[in-house]
Amino acid sequence: MTNKEYDKLTKKYSKKSPKAKDFILSFLIGGLICAFGQVLFEIYSQMGMRKTTASAVVAVTLIFITVILTGFRIFDKIAKHAGAGTLVPITGFANAVASPAIEFKSEGQVMGVGAKMFTIAGPVLVFGITASAIYGLILWLFRIY
Amino acid sequence: MPTKTGKQTLELRSRPSVAGYAAFVGKKEGEGPLASYFDKIFDDDTLGEATWEKAESLMQKETLNTALQKAGITPDEVDFVFAGDLLNQCIGSTFGLRDFGIPFAGLYGACSTMSLSLGLAAIFVDSGAANCTAAVTSSHFCSAERQFRYPLEYGGQRPPTSQWTVTGAGAVVVASESNGPVIQSVTFGKIVDLGITDSNNMGAAMAPAAADTIKTFFDDTQTQPSDYDLILTGDLGIVGSRLLTELLLWDGIDITGLHNDCGLLIYDLEKQDVHAGGSGCGCSAAVLCSYILSKLKEGSLNNILFCATGALMSPTSSQQGETVPGIAHLVHIMSK
Repeated sequence: MTNKEYDKLTKKYSKKSPKAKDFILSFLIGGLICAFGQVLFEIYSQMGMRKTTASAVVAVTLIFITVILTGFRIFDKIAKHAGAGTLVPITGFANAVASPAIEFKSEGQVMGVGAKMFTIAGPVLVFGITASAIYGLILWLFRIY
Repeated sequence: MPTKTGKQTLELRSRPSVAGYAAFVGKKEGEGPLASYFDKIFDDDTLGEATWEKAESLMQKETLNTALQKAGITPDEVDFVFAGDLLNQCIGSTFGLRDFGIPFAGLYGACSTMSLSLGLAAIFVDSGAANCTAAVTSSHFCSAERQFRYPLEYGGQRPPTSQWTVTGAGAVVVASESNGPVIQSVTFGKIVDLGITDSNNMGAAMAPAAADTIKTFFDDTQTQPSDYDLILTGDLGIVGSRLLTELLLWDGIDITGLHNDCGLLIYDLEKQDVHAGGSGCGCSAAVLCSYILSKLKEGSLNNILFCATGALMSPTSSQQGETVPGIAHLVHIMSK
């Protein structure tokens, strides 16, 4: 049997991810997280915070909750169903930093927690920062002309 | 003396036998359908240790201790131990068997390690190089996840073709004379690669190797599937098992109704959320060293082919875009 024939056979027997279910669940749970963020924003604004401060405090609150839930092994159980719903908001990033920090504690504070903390989130930082720099450069060029 | 038959099969004329065996598993495996056959089920997958790696090592140690006790053999009487696991540099075995003082050969066969170690242990006894040997194999869900995939607490989704690494260990004590099941022959497999690159579809990566080894065994021994009670593969899961049946049919060999897979036996696939089934070298080790050897001992199984399957990849090779080659070794076991 050639590789091509086997690939065809493998596809026939490999069950595909339930995409419709995944989309609906990620939309609902992701939406719920964003709505919760909005509620927090309103509360913080009511408390007299400025818009920019309230936004930052909302992000900090969501990160804090995610890290606590990650530590108690609750976050991964929600994410298993939510998929992109928990991954796309800031919760996904917080979990990606907190989980290796917990996991690799056994290798020590420096080579474990310190070095491994960004194994998953590292690429997001590298390419996120690079993209924002490029975007800034484009914006700057547009402003000149 | 082992006698080579055909291309890859060694017949063990002195018929070395299984003097003792034991299987220890974690909590999830203990909630599966084979629970009553395991020697011990750990409620806590840390086994009270500080790290997952230490937990896996302790599991190997306890499993070999129990197998030796059941065989009525002391560690001093064991000439060689063959052992392996999934961790880098085989640390599960090294640290688990460090205190026994038995000459040690560490093996890496990925998930095929149980049949690899058992095959070598039996060949050493049959050749007269040893009177008594042991084969030990383990895997641990948590130590494997952190090495091969993501941290446990990471919130990701697994595709339906992915398999669940078994937390479990199995040990077999092989002796020249005993009342246990007999090891009749061993077929060491070739590395077979049909170009699968998806490391979340291990069953598909390993099925061609299993098909190759099983076909070679039938050719070498001039036998056919109906000559055996059971053809048991290691951890092909749902996808790999279907592919194996299809691949062998392609070669004119029909194993329908005779084949089963340790990855399908160890969990309740409907209730335990393990997707395509169990995997890891502890999967075939724990199933063989509990349910299967017990059935062979009591005589409800008489003549089986145990073919553990391994995916020979590492996170590095996968990231570099390499395919996932498979391997399968077969051990032919008969009741006394």
